[in-house]
Amino acid sequence: METEAQKYVWDGAIPLQIHLHDSEVTTLPPPSPALILAPRIGYLPLLSSQLKPFFSDALPPGVDTIWFDYKGLPLKWYIPTGVLFDLLCAEPERPWNLTVHFRGYPGHILIPCDGEDSVKWSYINSLKEAAYIIHGSSKNVMNMSHPDQVELWRSVMNGKLETYNRISSKLKLGIIGDEFSGKPNPSPLKGQQSVNETEATAARKASRVPVRLYLWIVDKDFDDLEEAPNFDRWDQVSYINRPVEFYTEGKYFTLLDAVKSILPEFYPGSLNTTKAESKDEPGIEPENESHPVIKLLRIQGIEPKMEIPFSWVVNNLMNPDYFLHICLYIQAPKPIGT
Amino acid sequence: MAVMVSNNATCDGSLSSTDFQIVANAFAEKWKKFNSDFPEWLWIDCSNRLGFAAHGVSDGYLSVQNVFFKVQSSLKEEHGECSSNDYEEPFDNATLVQSTSDDGHWYDFHIVYSSSYNVPVLYFRAHSSDGQLLNQDEIEKNLPTESAKVLTESKWTFITQQEHPYLNRPWYTLHPCGTSEWMKLLLAGENSTAENRAEQYLISWFSVVGQVFGLKLPLDMVKSDG
Repeated sequence: METEAQKYVWDGAIPLQIHLHDSEVTTLPPPSPALILAPRIGYLPLLSSQLKPFFSDALPPGVDTIWFDYKGLPLKWYIPTGVLFDLLCAEPERPWNLTVHFRGYPGHILIPCDGEDSVKWSYINSLKEAAYIIHGSSKNVMNMSHPDQVELWRSVMNGKLETYNRISSKLKLGIIGDEFSGKPNPSPLKGQQSVNETEATAARKASRVPVRLYLWIVDKDFDDLEEAPNFDRWDQVSYINRPVEFYTEGKYFTLLDAVKSILPEFYPGSLNTTKAESKDEPGIEPENESHPVIKLLRIQGIEPKMEIPFSWVVNNLMNPDYFLHICLYIQAPKPIGT
Repeated sequence: MAVMVSNNATCDGSLSSTDFQIVANAFAEKWKKFNSDFPEWLWIDCSNRLGFAAHGVSDGYLSVQNVFFKVQSSLKEEHGECSSNDYEEPFDNATLVQSTSDDGHWYDFHIVYSSSYNVPVLYFRAHSSDGQLLNQDEIEKNLPTESAKVLTESKWTFITQQEHPYLNRPWYTLHPCGTSEWMKLLLAGENSTAENRAEQYLISWFSVVGQVFGLKLPLDMVKSDG
């Protein structure tokens, strides 16, 4: 059931060194930073159960609402921890130095978080969205029994891959048959007796894959990741929530093909799947000059080759919410007409 | 000039992203024609958001600002326990009042296309006369009675706070996961060509979504095939 890669993903962790914000320190000397190994696929507010006891002696009186910043940037708690790290640390910083706050929640920037329940519902909503993308309906998630829902969420919180695979298989969210790893096509397609022949054929040929792309467009070129500029506002990151249409028969579909289909702004020909290959079109050649340069693409902390089959990437590197989270640094192409 | 809308749109209650802008502009035009007492819906173009508008890819959303709603709290205070028995609810409909009255809320509404659900999604926020943004309790407390009931009873329709896809800020939204199902039912009753059905999409959609806030479309607008 589980793949070796999936196990690595679920065991993935980020070493964090978490400092209490100066404005919330009421003791001398200030408390030492907390050293925590945070699951890649988890969410920062879930660290509260370790951090509150650790820092409670130093905190002023008041109501706690935990949030984090990195170099002054409030961290979006609803993005998995590993994705935040991949996105914000071009050159991985180990340990990753974060600042924790228990007061002054920036409600104008971050959506509210009332603890574990908010994180759980954020996860469930992502799962519903993924189910809708894949199946055209969220019903399997909506109709999950309460015990299953609790157990699924606990498996995500506690990193229990076996439990997760057992419960999530009931949702029948198989995405793509992976011809490159010997995994057969998902059985739900075969098992749906009510689907007629035409629909079954169509369903097998096209799948929609849930993808969230975090795109950072850099103005200047850089050779070393250390030279990549930092960003201090979320407006500098384009968050793109667009599914990838994947055709499982015929053409070999790579990770690069997937990126192109998500970004028609940069790759204008990508939406037309019947279009002839670019080398046959004389008009395409000059436009290649303005294509962006991909400086860095990261998924689950690794930089896969762009030629890798997209089906393998999806089946092995997706998060427990059934989304593939991709971090992408692109050097801005020169505007046409320069 | 005839606007071509793809034929396979709307059959399953969904809408394609290319049709969305066409349909959105058609909606804005009709609103302007039939609902001229209200502020206008405007198309906010976001084609440039990745740095430059390349290759004619269109992107954006529909926006209306400062829709005024009178607050119901005075009514509830006056009638107390009797309010649920009132047959008349004079404040259900939004009314545009040109005044500095401090007993109302101003709403901004955005209609944004969801690539995941292939349907429009309503994002909104509200502020009081002093400019303070309202929180969720304050918003729900002032919805028409029927809407509050629907929101609490339905697991398909609920208000959550989400990040606005274009503004990177928390906004309220009605969760879209059930939209294509009820749009399919709604559009099935329409006797019209595929093209008209697509253009009617946003009008039909808003006739349901707008009711949550007590916003009703004029009958002429709903019936219009123009």
